[in-house]
Order: sequence, then C-alpha cells, then structure tokens
Amino acid sequence: MQIGYFVEQQYSPVPEEAIFKNGGFFGLPNEHFDPAVGAKLYHRYIGEYLEAERVGFDLMVLNEHHANPACMSNVISIEASILAYNSTKARIVMLGSPLPILKNPLRAAEELAMIDMISGGRLVPGIIRGAAWEQVASNTNPAFNRELFDEAHDFLIKAWTTPGPWRYEGKHFHYRFVNPWAKPLQKKPPIWIPGVISPETVIWAAEHGYPYVALATELQATAHMWNLYGETAQKAGYQVGPENFGYFQKLIVADSEEEAYELGKGHIYGGSFTPTRFGTLPGYNSKDAVRNYATKFYAAVSPKMTHQEDKEEQRKALLAHYDKLHASGHIITGTPKTVLPKLRKVLETLRPGILTIWGPEGPVPPEKTLRMMELMGKDVLPVLREFGKEFDLTDPFQKEPGTRPLPASGKWEPLVTAQAAA
Amino acid sequence: MSDWSERRVRVGDDEITLLEAGSGKPLLVFHDELGPTSWQRWHGELAKTRRLIMPLIPGFKGERIGWIRSVRDLAAVYSHVLRQERLAPIDVLGFSLGGWIAAEMLAANPGQFGKAALVAPFGIKPSEGFIMDFFPMAAADYVKHSVADVEAVEGFATLYGPASPEQYENWEDARTECARLAWEPYMHNQSLEGLLRGVSDVPVLLFWGEKDAILPESAVQAYLRSISGSRVHIFKECGHRPEVEHPQEFLAALNRFFA
Repeated sequence: MQIGYFVEQQYSPVPEEAIFKNGGFFGLPNEHFDPAVGAKLYHRYIGEYLEAERVGFDLMVLNEHHANPACMSNVISIEASILAYNSTKARIVMLGSPLPILKNPLRAAEELAMIDMISGGRLVPGIIRGAAWEQVASNTNPAFNRELFDEAHDFLIKAWTTPGPWRYEGKHFHYRFVNPWAKPLQKKPPIWIPGVISPETVIWAAEHGYPYVALATELQATAHMWNLYGETAQKAGYQVGPENFGYFQKLIVADSEEEAYELGKGHIYGGSFTPTRFGTLPGYNSKDAVRNYATKFYAAVSPKMTHQEDKEEQRKALLAHYDKLHASGHIITGTPKTVLPKLRKVLETLRPGILTIWGPEGPVPPEKTLRMMELMGKDVLPVLREFGKEFDLTDPFQKEPGTRPLPASGKWEPLVTAQAAA
Repeated sequence: MSDWSERRVRVGDDEITLLEAGSGKPLLVFHDELGPTSWQRWHGELAKTRRLIMPLIPGFKGERIGWIRSVRDLAAVYSHVLRQERLAPIDVLGFSLGGWIAAEMLAANPGQFGKAALVAPFGIKPSEGFIMDFFPMAAADYVKHSVADVEAVEGFATLYGPASPEQYENWEDARTECARLAWEPYMHNQSLEGLLRGVSDVPVLLFWGEKDAILPESAVQAYLRSISGSRVHIFKECGHRPEVEHPQEFLAALNRFFA
C-alpha cells in the first residue's frame, strides 16, 4: 500500500466572514490576498510536503485550483517541480494536471516529462477535467470539457511515445511540429485519475486501466463506484485489485482527543466551495447527470436555494455539519491510538492500494501540523503498513493496474461490497 | 396555449425542426438563447396575418448537429432551409441571440430578406459595457434579469412554461448549445460589424429597451452605424424583452415597419 499526504494549501488568513459574505470560497475578491503572507505560506506548505517525506509518507499529493483562497496551488507543475528537486524518495503525485484548462497538451507533455526526469522517475502525472468553476477562471468552454480532456489525454500519451517530429490536426488542438526534447524517465508514467465518483469518470478510468482515486467520498457510494469500475474492467478484460483504487481520508492526529477535534474544524472553515449564485455551468455535466439533477433534485430544492447571511448562524450550521461529518467518519480526529481502528475500518471496507491522508485545513498553526506529522511517522504509518499487509493491499507499483487476469469463469470478483460499507 | 405545429425538414444529412403558426405572408422568427417562450400575445396577434416560421436551434430540446461550431455556421444552415423551402426573400424577426443569427444571414446574403426586425440583438461587441454573461448563473436568474420589472410583466412566471424538471433540462440544453456556439468570444463575432457595412437595400429596424440589463446600448449603436439606413425604436421602462414588457407598443411598431 502507498500512503500519501495532502492538504489544499489554504490561504488561511482570509476572514471567514468574507467567505460567508461571498457565499463560498470561489470568486472571493482577491483584495484579501497579501503577497507577503502568500510568500510565507508557500514556503510553509512546501516545507510540510518535504517533512511528510521525511517522516515516512510514500507520496506527496498535490492539486490545483484557481480564483479562490481554499487552495493556493495555482500552478501544480511549479510545486511538483520544486518537490522534484528538493525531495529524494517520495513520489510526487499530481492530482492532477487540468488538461482542458491548460489548453496546451504539448506544453503539458514537456512539463511533466521534465518533472519526471528531475525527480528521477518519481512523478505520478494524474490528470483531471478541472472542477466546474475552474473552467470559468480559465475561460475554458465547459461544453467541450470532456472532449478537450479526451483529446488532450490521447495527445499527451502520443507525445510521450511517438518519435518526432510529427504534425497533429485534431478537433481542439493543432500542432505543426511535435518534437518534444523532453521525455519521461519512466517508460510508462503511472497516470491516476482523481474524482468525486462521477460515473463517467470512473468508467473512463477503468477503460484505460488507470487507478481511480476517490476524494474523501462517502464509503457506501464509493463502494458502488468501485463495483462500477470492476464491471467496466471486466469488459476491458481484466480483474480489479487494490492497485486500481485510491482513497482520500481526512484525518487529524494530535496529542489529545479534544485538541484533534478542535483542529479538525479547520476542514469546515468558510463552508462551501462554490457560491450557489453561480448555478451550474452549461455542458460541464453529462446529459444524464443533468437529467438526474432535474428529476431528483431541481423541483425539490431550487426555489429555496439561499445562503445564510448571518455569520453566527452560518458558523452554527457549519459546526453542526462538522459533528455529522465526524460521526460518519468523513473526518477522523484523535490520538494515534484512537484513529488507528477507524483507519483500519476504512482500509478493510474499501481495500484501496493507495491511501492519502488529507491533513489539517483552515487556520491551523504550523506547529500543530508538524506535530501531526511527527505522530504519524512514529505511531500511525508503521501500523497502517501492517494493515496494508493484513488486507493484501497491493499498490500500483507492486502490481501494474489492468494486468490482473480475470478468473477462469470470465466473471470478475468484487473487491468490496456495498453492504460492508453501509 | 400554443398554436404551433411542428415540422422536420431535411438539410443535407441533417434535420431541422420548424415550428409554424398562423397564415399569410411568411415571417421568419428566431427565438432567443433560452429557446422558444410560451405562446405570447404578440405571437397571436402576428399569427392573424402572418405565417410564423420559427426554426428550433439544433441542440435545443433535441438532437444537435455536431459539426455546427458557430452562429455563422447556424446562419448558413438556415439560409439553406430558406433556399430549399423557397421562402426567400422573407421578412425576419430575431430576438437577442436570434437577432444575431438574422444579422449573420443579412451580412452573408441581404437578398434573402425583405425586411429585418432585430430585437436587442447580440452579435457585435459593445464598445462600452459587456453583454451579460448568462453561463455562470442559473437560467431562472437570467430570465429575471431580462425584464426591467418582473412584477410588471403579466405571466412572467410562465414565460417559458411552468417551472418543472423538463423546463430545467430544456434550459440546460439551450445553455449548453449556446456555450458551444458562443462561449468565446462571448455572444459576438468580431467580423460581423465589418460585414454588415456591405448591407444595403434591406430595411432594418432595431428594438431596444432603455433599461436593458443584458445588451448595452453601445451594441445597438454599433448596428446602427454598420447598417446603412437602419433605425432604432427605443422603449422606455423596458428591459431586454419589449415584446412581453410592452406588447402593444411592440406590435404597433412592428406592424408599421412590416406594412
């Protein structure tokens, strides 16, 4: 099993009241951003990733967002490059390069190849469609998002594997001269696909034999998606194993239960990501997803969609929500001793070959994050590795995803059951 | 209540849906960016003396034509329909996005039109302000922005029919097709203004509400500068929809123009 560390890298000094007033993080006016503070925070977060490597994490997991203070990583390849040079062992996992909004898959092929070489072949170049509002922040046509993603993916692989120079005339991308003088060090860079269990993305990942990494999604729904992946894998001719799946778990570890519980509240700081006033973007979701929303939710919720203006009321609602998330295990907090049984349950239920710990968010003092790292390295990671062996959680570097043969019957064997996740 | 009948016409390898109502001299009508509204008073009045022919933009409520990539492509397809149905020269009435489609057809071949009435047409970049971006907002909110006073419009709540999951889905279809056609540059074509300067001998009347929150006045002024002899009728206390905000004045002005 591979164990990763991830945080959103929040611009934490932003007043929560301002986020409430905006109705969410996305689109908050950047008058609240102070580059002097930003400079310190970038150093802090990069330092934390290097510390994660030092205490024993296998993966430094990165992401990218735009036009909001929830995630300071605006250009994922910059952070990946810095880590590639300054780290030595841990893999650098990009979850991921937002291919549609980059609008230039040749540039992406060059950047990722450079990072892979500089890191000595430690790059996991995950790719994504980009969250809905990233399309607005980059002026990428949401109606062509999936087409852009598919075409950019195919081009990326071709750019890495087909000797140049060659010419390319596609639907959305056009290149006269493809001849990148940068190639990945790894013969087959391991592409992983993160998501929040959109069925279309799960199916796409399974068809390509790419591990699917669920981003802290509800266990039972995640188990259903594992099964959708497994059915699709059967059609593609292979049996799924733990190497096909990754899972993000929000986790806070501290010296006491009470302290961990308090620190965990950073995960609900500011509330929602996207203000409801933005509605939905045309064409970003599939026709089926739109129909599903229209028939199941629209009639019931649309007339009453408002956000709470009062700051105290907002905070109260968020704290009540936090307790629900805590009770359901969406956020696990505690001491090493108390979090381990809960983590064991997650691993036993979902059997992922990749577990990423989603660390402290919000206005958490740096020393608290570092203390969590220390506790993780000393008391949590060694036990998690034992759990990995106990549940036979093969990872994508032990077993290449998509190479596990189907049983002689030709019928796939489920890795998990939705009942177990209930 | 709608008096529309529906007819499919084949164009090349594809099909277009035409909605038709009334009888008399044909009038081509182009609906707006959210699709056809419910049957309004202006429909009924015009249908008494004119045969209204309204193409449904492919992708709205139905199968799209995948190779259409721009409003100019769409305008070319509609020109094909006019030739095939032997409708040219025909009078045209276009609303908002539909006004832009009519303007593209006008620019490409003025001879296919008798007279053209363009209601707050998109298509030209305003020199001051922006055309309201309706992609990052809920369709229902956009409809509210489209009139100066929601309370003053009779039947506003059912302008596009009753609120329902089906309506939501239709609006999302419409918004998605609009994004394919005009995400960037947003709702305008940088070469349209230049092409319109070559238009002559077609009477063009623009309609615009002085409280239009969607289309800035400077876009209308650009149309007036570009099309020789074009005129504008400005409605007071009116937003983007004079046909439902001031139906009497709209009909009177339109009938005078088409007379």
